[in-house]
Amino acid sequence: MLQGTLNRLVNAAILLVAVLVLNFTLIHIAPGDPVEAIVGEMGGATPEMIAQMRAQYGLDQPFIVQIGTYLGNVLTGDLGMSTYYSRPVTGLIAERIGATLLLVVTALLVALILGTVLGVFSARKRRSVLSHLVTVIALAGFSAPVFWVGIMLILLLSVSIPLLPISGMTSSSADLTGIAHVLDVLHHLVLPALTLATIYLAFYSRLSRASMLEVLGSDYIRTARAKGLPQRMVIYKHALRNAILPVVTFAGLQFGQLISGAVLVETVFAWPGLGTLAFESILRRDTPTLLGILFFSSMMVVVMNLLTDVVYRLVDPRIQAR
Amino acid sequence: MTDTTLAAPKPVSPSTQAWRMFRQNHAAVLGLAILLAIIVISLAGPFIYTVAPREMVWMPLTPPGQSEYVLGTDYLGRDLLAGLINGGRVTLAVGFTAALITVAIGITVGALAGFFGGRVDNLLMRVTEFFQVLPNLLFAMVVVMLFGADLLNISIAIGIVSWTSTARLTRAEFMRIREMDFVKAERSIGAANGRLIWKVILPNAAPPLIVVSALSIGTAILFEAGLSFLGLSDPNTTSWGRMIGDNRPYILDSPWGVTFPGLCIFLTVLAISLIGDGMNDAFNPKLRER
Repeated sequence: MLQGTLNRLVNAAILLVAVLVLNFTLIHIAPGDPVEAIVGEMGGATPEMIAQMRAQYGLDQPFIVQIGTYLGNVLTGDLGMSTYYSRPVTGLIAERIGATLLLVVTALLVALILGTVLGVFSARKRRSVLSHLVTVIALAGFSAPVFWVGIMLILLLSVSIPLLPISGMTSSSADLTGIAHVLDVLHHLVLPALTLATIYLAFYSRLSRASMLEVLGSDYIRTARAKGLPQRMVIYKHALRNAILPVVTFAGLQFGQLISGAVLVETVFAWPGLGTLAFESILRRDTPTLLGILFFSSMMVVVMNLLTDVVYRLVDPRIQAR
Repeated sequence: MTDTTLAAPKPVSPSTQAWRMFRQNHAAVLGLAILLAIIVISLAGPFIYTVAPREMVWMPLTPPGQSEYVLGTDYLGRDLLAGLINGGRVTLAVGFTAALITVAIGITVGALAGFFGGRVDNLLMRVTEFFQVLPNLLFAMVVVMLFGADLLNISIAIGIVSWTSTARLTRAEFMRIREMDFVKAERSIGAANGRLIWKVILPNAAPPLIVVSALSIGTAILFEAGLSFLGLSDPNTTSWGRMIGDNRPYILDSPWGVTFPGLCIFLTVLAISLIGDGMNDAFNPKLRER
């Protein structure tokens, strides 16, 4: 058990170092370099200034030294300087991470809970209208670009029926504190979270439906029914517990996709998180910031996978025995 | 002369059987029709409807039906219909190219891992795990930003972040099939590994792989749309995602510039999903009940 956990941690660390090496190699082999970008932004510079900047960023060192320095820096929490803000990338990420986590976790929970409920329900009543509706929703959710869904929801729920704010995380006009502030943030959260949840809702409802159908057809469910257990007991105590395993696993594995979706959704709603920062970094050609976000997100995915593993063990005690 | 004897039923190949099953699935046939229509319009449309998609032709933000440009114009006064017709080419080209790259990498990695097992499998699965951890859109954004937003770079970027699930599926199929008797028989008569992988096992693993390959075109199209929405597409070409990104600041004045291209993406991917589902049913009649 302890050995297994240790292995997993080592594995996770290796993965993250690999992400860093890949990051660095990519910048190194890419045409153009950050100094040229900065010079372009400044509107030209003397050769001495360019050489000085190269030295400042360590770009005059050999590749192996550069990558060593980079890895060492990241280990101490230094992801480099943003070429746009002239501030440490770590600080920029720290400012934004809260907003992204709030959005992603809310969307994930909404999609998981609603998706499982819909999936289970439609697996029980396979020929009902709702079951067909779940299939249609799942299909549509898979096929629509998430950023477009967001814009359509804005047109519907902010413009045509002005219920919810178009963008941002807080109302700029009011300086709210306490509960009013929390409610204001929640009000702004509804649309982005709903948008981000749609794709995963499609995914989870389909997955839990298929999983539930498989479990309901198995022998131990027939046994449970045969010994006269009430339907509710069979569904929730026997079937759901087994059917939810693949759903939990995928929720963990899909976390990287969720972050990708968040980039698009945040951009649509100007939600002040990592995704908007990533989008802005592209416009500003701020490579260190974009790479920092990529690394940080990879780290979140790795942590999420480790957590999934823990949850998996909690849901299915059999795994511990192995 | 008419045949009076009862003809024995002709032997039917599995692919014919699958096609018959597919034909019975109305949704899938509809999907196929939609996709073919979109492909034909994208390929032939620019020759028939010759309005230049990137030129200002009318008052900006004209709603549909108020000028000779039936779908109206965007924020720069460009014809939306021309944009949609021309944008489809880029979207489809990137979708198909990226899917090809995805499938090529995925099947190769999965086949080698599943066939050889042991150390090869271990190493390749580590690599797969690595690419699963990378947040795919962010990584593709980095690649496109560093190497430039041309069609090939975008397709490669999408391909290298999308192949992992194909690889896992291929690996599982290979592990299952390599233990079957007919494979053992081939092996016992001295078939080389290359023949076993590509000629013996792969054709038998094909049905599920064809389904994921078809679906990966849809995923790639959504991915391309996302990248070009963020501005990571060739600035000199029109694409549906880019139209959405460009027109987004003007949705209050004219929602059409965003609505139409989005509908096009939605329809295309929906058509591909329907076809994929239909193929899945055709190949696995047993799963139909689900």
